[in-house]
Amino acid sequence: MDKYGYFGEFGGRFIPETLMNAVIELDKAYNYYKNNEEFTSELDSLLKNYAGRPSLLYFAEKMTKDLGGAKIYLKREDLNHTGSHKINNVLGQALLAKKMGKTRLIAETGAGQHGVATATAAALMGMECVVFMGREDTVRQALNVYRMELLGAKVVAVDSGTATLKDAVNAAMREWAARMSDTHYCLGSVMGPHPFPTIVRDFQSVIGREIKAEMLAREGRLPDAVIACVGGGSNAIGSFYEFIGDSEVALIGCEAAGKGVNTPQNAATVANGRIGVFHGMKSLFCQDEYGQIAPVYSISAGLDYPGIGPEHSKLHTDGRASYVPVTDEEAVDAFEYLSRTEGIIPAIESAHAIAIAIKYAKTLSKEKIIAVTVSGRGDKDVAAIARYRGLDLHE
Amino acid sequence: MNNIERIRAAFKHKAFIPFITGGDPDIETTKKLIYTLARAGADIVEVGIPFSDPVAEGPVIEAADERALKAGCTVDKLFDMVKEITYDSSFPDIPILFMTYYNPIFGYGSEKFVANCVKSGIAGLIVPDLPFDERDELKIFTDKAEIALISLIAPTSGERIKNIAENSDAFLYCVSSLGVTGIRSNINNYAQDMINSVRKVSNIPCAVGFGVSDAQQAKKVSDFADGVIIGSAIVKIIAKHGRNALPHVENFAKTIVNAIR
Repeated sequence: MDKYGYFGEFGGRFIPETLMNAVIELDKAYNYYKNNEEFTSELDSLLKNYAGRPSLLYFAEKMTKDLGGAKIYLKREDLNHTGSHKINNVLGQALLAKKMGKTRLIAETGAGQHGVATATAAALMGMECVVFMGREDTVRQALNVYRMELLGAKVVAVDSGTATLKDAVNAAMREWAARMSDTHYCLGSVMGPHPFPTIVRDFQSVIGREIKAEMLAREGRLPDAVIACVGGGSNAIGSFYEFIGDSEVALIGCEAAGKGVNTPQNAATVANGRIGVFHGMKSLFCQDEYGQIAPVYSISAGLDYPGIGPEHSKLHTDGRASYVPVTDEEAVDAFEYLSRTEGIIPAIESAHAIAIAIKYAKTLSKEKIIAVTVSGRGDKDVAAIARYRGLDLHE
Repeated sequence: MNNIERIRAAFKHKAFIPFITGGDPDIETTKKLIYTLARAGADIVEVGIPFSDPVAEGPVIEAADERALKAGCTVDKLFDMVKEITYDSSFPDIPILFMTYYNPIFGYGSEKFVANCVKSGIAGLIVPDLPFDERDELKIFTDKAEIALISLIAPTSGERIKNIAENSDAFLYCVSSLGVTGIRSNINNYAQDMINSVRKVSNIPCAVGFGVSDAQQAKKVSDFADGVIIGSAIVKIIAKHGRNALPHVENFAKTIVNAIR
C-alpha cells in the first residue's frame, strides 16, 4: 500500500470534500496509536479478557473422516464475544475513536453482526451508538435489531435503494458527513476510503496470526490452504494477510452466488464485477454498462454487497488469492452439514466457506491441511434457513 | 472563448446556477427546463447524471435520481439531448455542466466520456466524490479537452482550501453546510468564512450551494459570494409538477434572479 492508500491500482479516497479532513485525521491518529504501547496493550487486553481471544483452532476430525481428504481445521471466530469476527475490528476502532476524543459511534450493518459488535463496544466504552441497517435486513435479522437496542444503540432502518447493506453504508456515510466532530464511523469491513481498508485489515489480521502460530505448534507446518467467505472481505483478509508472503499457502475467498452466478440474483463481485469507484474506493463492483451499481442478492445479509475490498481486488488481480462463487443452495447444504457433522452451527456467511472446504478437501490427499474460518455463529440464521427449507418459522 | 473562459464570463454579475436532475421526469422535459432556466436568467445550468447511490445527496435529489433511472435515463441519452440544444437570440449561450458521481464517468471510460462532453457541448464537470487529491486521473483528460473540472470546498476543508483555491479554474463550488444536499431553513456562516479564506490566495469566483432554497437566502448569499447554486428547491418543484413544471420553475428562477441582481 502506498501513502494514499492504494493497493496496486485499487483503493484511494473517493469521498466528498466534506469528509476529507475526517479521514486524514483518522489516518494520522491510527498511524500514531498503532505503535503506541499503551494503545496496543489496552487493545490486547480487551481482545483477551473481553472478546475471549485467542479463538480456538479446532480440528474437525469427524468432518475430515467423513470427507476422506485433507485435514480440516476450523478457526472458531464464532466463539468470540458477540458471536463473530466483527468484534476484533470494533474493539480496535472504538478504542481508537475514544483516544481521538469521539463520543459517538455510527456503523452500517448487513446481517447485524457488525452492528451488534459496535453496539457492544459502545456500551462497554460508554459511547453513544447509531446503527444503520437496510429495512430488508431488519426483517431478515429481526433478533439482531432487538439485540442492538438492548445494548443501548439506536437502529435506523434504511429504505432507500435496495434497502440492504450498500444502502446502510450510504446512510452511514451521509450521517458522518453531517456530524464528524464527535462521531467516528466504525466501518465494518475492509472497504471504504483509505485508511479504513488498512485499519480494518490490521485489526482483523489477528485471525491469520493465530492460525499460523497454532498450526505451526500443532502440525509443525503451514496449512496448504486458508479458506474464508467474502462480502466486503474483512474475515477473509484477516485470515489471509499473515499468509500472503507464504506462496505455498493457497488463499481461497468464497463469494455469494445467490441463485447462481449466471442468474440476475447474485452478489459474486469477482465473478461478475469490474473495476469501478464506489463507497470511497476504487475496486471491483457489480455494475451495469453505465456504472450504475447493480442490485445484488444473497441469502446471506452479510455477503449481500456489490463490491469487495481493494486489497482483495489486488490479490485477485495478482493471482495470489482465488475467489469462488457459492450459491444459496450450496451454502444452506453446508450450514446443515456442519451442524450435523460437528455440532457447530455456522453463520450462513461462514457456511459459504464451509461449502468450498467440503468440495476442496475431497480433492486433496490426507496429508494436506486446510484451515477454514468460521466467521460467525449461525443462531441468527436458524429461522431464515428453516423458511428456506419450507417451514413457516418466524422469530 | 474556451470553456473555462465561458464559465468565468458567467460571473460578470452575481451568477445564478440552477441544478436539475437529468431525465427527471424525462429527457425531453430536462431539455425544455434548460431553455426555461436560461431564459429566466440562469448563468450556468448544472445537469445531474442520475446515479444509483448518490451518497452526497439528500432525499429530494436522491428521489429524483431514482425517478430518472426508472424512466430510462442514461448518460448517452443526456449527451444526445445536450447536443441538440441550439442557441438563438432568445436563448443565450450559457455553459452547461454535468454534475455526476465518479463511477458513471469511470465506468463509461473517462477518456470517452470527456470526448463525448466535447462533442455534445458540455462545458465542465462537477464530481462530488472525486476530491482534489484524486482528481489527476480525470484531469489529464479534461485539461486536454479544455473541459472545466470544478473543485469543491467544504466547511471542514480548513487548511486544504489554500491548495485547492490556488490550483482550480473556472469557479469554486463552496459547500455551505455539513451533510448532504437539501433545503435548510437558514444558511450558517461557514460559506462566508470559506470565501474569506479563498480570497486570501485567489480571485477565483466562488459559488455557494447545499441548502440555498429561496430568494431571501439567495440574496443573503449573494452579498458575499459570486454565485448561488440552487438544486433541491428546483428539483422539488419538478417532483411536484412533473412535465408541467416549466412555468413553476420559470417563476422560481425569476424570483432568484431578481433577488441577487
